[in-house]
Amino acid sequence: MARLRQCAIYGKGGIGKSTTTQNLVAGLAELGKKVMIVGCDPKADSTRLILHAKAQNSIMQMAADAGSVEDLELEDVLKVGYRDIKCVESGGPEPGVGCAGRGVITAINFLEEEGAYTEDLDFVFYDVLGDVVCGGFAMPIRENKAQEIYIVCSGEMMAMYAANNIAKGIVKYANSGGVRLAGLICNSRQTAREDELIMQLAEKMGTHMIHFVPRDNVVQRAEIRRMTVIEYEPQAKQAQEYRDLATKIINNTNLVIPTPITMDELEDLLMEFGVMEEVDESVVGITAAAEATA
Amino acid sequence: MAAMTREETEALIQEVLEVYPEKAKADRAKHLAINDQSLEKSNKCITSNRKSLPGVMTIRGCAYAGSKGVVWGPIKDMIHISHGPVGCGQYSRAGRRNYYVGTTGVNTFGTMNFTSDFTEKDIVFGGDKKLAKCIDEIETLFPLNKGISIQSECPIGLIGDDIEAVSKVKNKEYNKTIVPVRCEGFRGVSQSLGHHIANDAIRDWVLENRDGDESFPTTPYDVAVIGDYNIGGDAWASRTLLEEMGLRVVAQWSGDGTIAEIEKTPKVKLNLIHCYRSMNYIARHMEEKYNIPWIEYNFFGPTKIAESLRRIASHFDDSIKEGAERVIARYESEYNAVIAKYKPRLEGKRVMLYIGGLRPRHVIGAYEDLGMEVVGTGYEFGHNDDYDRTIKEMGNATLLYDDVTGYEFEEFVKRVQPDLVGSGIKEKYIFQKMGVPFRQMHSWDYSGPYHGYDGFAIFARDMDMTINNPCWKSFKAPWKTEATESEPVKAVA
Repeated sequence: MARLRQCAIYGKGGIGKSTTTQNLVAGLAELGKKVMIVGCDPKADSTRLILHAKAQNSIMQMAADAGSVEDLELEDVLKVGYRDIKCVESGGPEPGVGCAGRGVITAINFLEEEGAYTEDLDFVFYDVLGDVVCGGFAMPIRENKAQEIYIVCSGEMMAMYAANNIAKGIVKYANSGGVRLAGLICNSRQTAREDELIMQLAEKMGTHMIHFVPRDNVVQRAEIRRMTVIEYEPQAKQAQEYRDLATKIINNTNLVIPTPITMDELEDLLMEFGVMEEVDESVVGITAAAEATA
Repeated sequence: MAAMTREETEALIQEVLEVYPEKAKADRAKHLAINDQSLEKSNKCITSNRKSLPGVMTIRGCAYAGSKGVVWGPIKDMIHISHGPVGCGQYSRAGRRNYYVGTTGVNTFGTMNFTSDFTEKDIVFGGDKKLAKCIDEIETLFPLNKGISIQSECPIGLIGDDIEAVSKVKNKEYNKTIVPVRCEGFRGVSQSLGHHIANDAIRDWVLENRDGDESFPTTPYDVAVIGDYNIGGDAWASRTLLEEMGLRVVAQWSGDGTIAEIEKTPKVKLNLIHCYRSMNYIARHMEEKYNIPWIEYNFFGPTKIAESLRRIASHFDDSIKEGAERVIARYESEYNAVIAKYKPRLEGKRVMLYIGGLRPRHVIGAYEDLGMEVVGTGYEFGHNDDYDRTIKEMGNATLLYDDVTGYEFEEFVKRVQPDLVGSGIKEKYIFQKMGVPFRQMHSWDYSGPYHGYDGFAIFARDMDMTINNPCWKSFKAPWKTEATESEPVKAVA
């Protein structure tokens, strides 16, 4: 048996992390790989396309209902879906209360102690909330957890900005542990020269764009049915894109400590591609009213 | 051992500092000083209220200890919820010996522990719902409580639990004072910030409750005792003197105190402050807002008691001034008998102290009344205004040590060889094992009261039975020769 590979998916909120993860995991499963998805987001929507469910019962919610995590059994929280993909959700509080980061820590500790990381698994994917806001959300990339990080991004400015920030977080843990950046997944928003832009960004950050996932409405059609494209319409062109991504990940050996770029470098890149206009320093801090009188 | 000269004390400090790394040495040097009575301001010689050094054994507590343990905890008819994991409340339960009158569990709650007992799920999902439930349960089980305070433990600040919102909702629901206190242990450098936060919470949530309500009949002789926590009955031994001189004690803050007394304090004529460190903030606030003057006093030992009674009386008319003289005269034969009995047994004995709020300076006079000398003193969490008040009380060339480390304290005692060390439970057994007589000066070693004339008699007896206890003669193993026995204990570096 090959060594278990643990991968974490990060990226700006709303970029399509959960959709991309579930589709590529379906692709891996189709290729015969044993995979587990660990949702690390209080919203608990990382596994619904695999389970055909609205939202899976999360570890933290069930622990709260039962009294404590010690009262839980693994089978209570681990569900099996499409092509035997194992699914768990860490879960967490509603927005504005408690500590979601602690929820992720508790949930992953629970999975380890209860032996969720079984010998037969080839891959574990952690689908993590938007940004590494605190120690809790860095849990998946700490010692002995995910060694490979994939960042989902697009050619939009804020998505690239977030990707670069996440890379900064990875550097911190890369220096103390074994975690590496494994590539950028471009989830297309159909901006101009998007593939070129992300390839250039990837190069500057010391990594590569592992795959360009084009935009296709079939993803939404499948999602309405709570399915991955691979399950919903296996012959669709988009299904092949996810299969390609899955294959590239299986064969990926390009693991690096990233070299995040400075804000200025990022702005230069964005201007070069016309995503951002050159900043006219003379208008900084001038209100509309002041401009009118000038 | 004779009194040390300035040079000898300086040499001792340098020797003790020697073991530290350079950076630590430079930091600790600022906290160790040689007393100089000619100084008016302590910032010329000592630094205080700074972060303790990592790696040393500090003796300090935390902000939660300052708020729950010191200021709020003794208010007996309120229930104080230790909001967070169980340990902070349980390990501080009833440890401070704040005596009170009442039926515990019915109308008073001082020695009980109420906690929201956080577990993992409360951290992750927030503790506000559990806190609301706690308050509901308290109202069901202990309906005679007069109010509730919420004492925040560390996690409350980390997860941002909205205890203010819960307090407001439950206050409306039960029409009772419910006070959220943001005294998370990680705030500040010691328990001192906890006192300040607790004072501010009283100011914001309790003190104004009876503003505009003139139904409480006042007299020209109304005072409040502030900063007496009634340890071993201290406040009772103090209150009786004030009442005998003709004053009316409207409130005790907070030993054996009630929320009603706190609410009525803005009606008094004068605030009397015993523990300045922990309650000067609220006294200053009442001075500003209600025009109530405040003075500090000291009820340890007859000299300081007489001084204080006269100073308090000077704020009132002749009837009170005469009252003060009457009280002093009445107890004169009593305290003279105490001195006559114990002074011959204690004369010339030397004491080193290391305590909390007011005692590092306030008890000096009581020792001096017994012919003893305090040769070293220091504060766990004092500020420079405390040291300002200490300089004139201590002899020249004596040692001052701020936030002393375990190592420094031991070395100082080995070298100065006092006849008595007065400090806390953590220090007690170390010094006793070194063969040095020791008294706990936080809890009065389960004795007390030490305040007032009654307290002075107990204080004198306790010091005598500790210092002159025959056990110290049996300290050497019988096989040690006479020659080694006569030598003083050598310092071990």
